[in-house]
Amino acid sequence: MIKRDLVVVGAGPAGMAAAISAYKAGVRDILLLEREQFLGGVLNQCIHTGFGIEYFKEVLTGPEYAGRFIKELKNLPEINLSLRSFVIKLNCDKVLTFLKPGQMEQVKAKAIIMATGCREKTREMVHIAGSRPSGIFSAGLAQKLINIEGVLPGREVVIVGSGDIGLIMARRFTLEGAQVKAIIEIKDRTSGLLRNVIQCVKDYDLPLLFNHKIKRIYGNQRVKKVSLAKVDKNYNEIKDSEFFIDCDTVLISTGLIPENELIEMADIKIKSEDDLNKTSLPGVFVCGNSYKVYDLVDSATKDSQEAGTMAAEYIRSLNA
Amino acid sequence: MLKKLICIECPVSCELLIELSDGKVIKIEGHKCDKGQEYAKSEIENPQRIITSTVLAEKLSLKMVPIRSDKPIPKDKVLPAIEAIKEIRIKEPVALGQVIRENFLNLGVNLIATRDVS
Ligand SMILES: Cc1cc2nc3c(=O)[nH]c(=O)nc-3n(C[C@H](O)[C@H](O)[C@H](O)COP(=O)(O)OP(=O)(O)OC[C@H]3O[C@@H](n4cnc5c(N)ncnc54)[C@H](O)[C@@H]3O)c2cc1C
Ligand code: SF4
Repeated sequence: MIKRDLVVVGAGPAGMAAAISAYKAGVRDILLLEREQFLGGVLNQCIHTGFGIEYFKEVLTGPEYAGRFIKELKNLPEINLSLRSFVIKLNCDKVLTFLKPGQMEQVKAKAIIMATGCREKTREMVHIAGSRPSGIFSAGLAQKLINIEGVLPGREVVIVGSGDIGLIMARRFTLEGAQVKAIIEIKDRTSGLLRNVIQCVKDYDLPLLFNHKIKRIYGNQRVKKVSLAKVDKNYNEIKDSEFFIDCDTVLISTGLIPENELIEMADIKIKSEDDLNKTSLPGVFVCGNSYKVYDLVDSATKDSQEAGTMAAEYIRSLNA
Repeated sequence: MLKKLICIECPVSCELLIELSDGKVIKIEGHKCDKGQEYAKSEIENPQRIITSTVLAEKLSLKMVPIRSDKPIPKDKVLPAIEAIKEIRIKEPVALGQVIRENFLNLGVNLIATRDVS
């Protein structure tokens, strides 16, 4: 088994910031594990601007923001990068098991920082009735398909939820030549940033319907239409308000949840919000979107740098 | 005449109250920083947006290269610009920040790659 002072899991903005700050705080034996082929995490698919305004005082796109940290990492050979390395297990002895193409490895660490990001809520979690045709995507998956794979997943789109990713994707679909037929929000206001309502929805005159819910998805092989209804302030359907919209694609953009399976499997608990980055097991830290869902990467970066410093302090306390 | 706008330059989203005369801005209130002032003036007199999109790569490590305009362009030029971007192909590796098209469509802006693609 390999031994390391610090292992960081996930090389999105959080993991990169944590690894760099641990280095700056004196740790020299660092392994950074990332399951993808590239550094940068979800920022690689966020090609729009809106990143770094606070941290760099500049308006950057996601890949540009990630690029700043990738450049810094590559100048620090003491931080060992291992790409295509999928961590499948963590235990209470701080042993991590990970898969690399063709092999399985284990590493024991003095300290661990988990920075595995978040995942999107799925249709199952938001309860939409109806059949299960193709053409239903989470907004983030659609973003990946368009911006990374270069595939337009549909031409007539209904977006469920008005979170930032949904709003950004409404504009992206429009620019790619698809028609956004409605953005449906059950509340009376958007859950995304106002700036995104203006530059993604108003700029293109897209229909954003508040106090509406999706009732049912229709279609056999492919989505054909959806039914919608108005709701009152308690989110109860208003009688006789149901109507239909033809579409071939439904995007679900109803929120994110931290990705913490590995920690949960090891029976490690994340501490409360005022105990930033800490868990029930000393020496195991969580940061970035796996700690809590951050709206802005800038704040995720700052908090993750703290995680790096905390891990460095912890390792120093073991050696003392 | 009074007009309300929300500044989109940063997530604070200040509500700006703008006094207009003959289509020109004469007074702005509500901005928490200078950028709000510039935004209000530009949004009223000549609204502009930075454009971001992707360009098809040929025989490179990624299928799509993310790109942006280095400066904002007039809002009514956004759709034609996006259409023209769809025609571009990138055949050589590019570095983050590298210019893909100079003075794109004579708009006075460059298109730049926003990611290294080998
Ligand atoms: C679609 C979307 C749009 C956004 N738009 C904006 C915006 O406009 N402005 C803004 O400021 N913020 C935005 N955000 C928020 C911002 O992107 C996040 O706050 C930030 O990316 C979180 O970084 P992270 O490193 O915690 O997570 P991620 O970037 O998700 O990184 C997690 C990394 O961990 C890796 N990983 C996960 N599990 C494992 C495992 N078991 N083994 C190995 N590696 C693993 C993943 O592959 C990934 O690379 C957006 C977020 C999303 C999801
Ligand atoms: S005025 Fe300044 S602080 Fe307010 S939204 Fe605009 S840029 Fe942000």
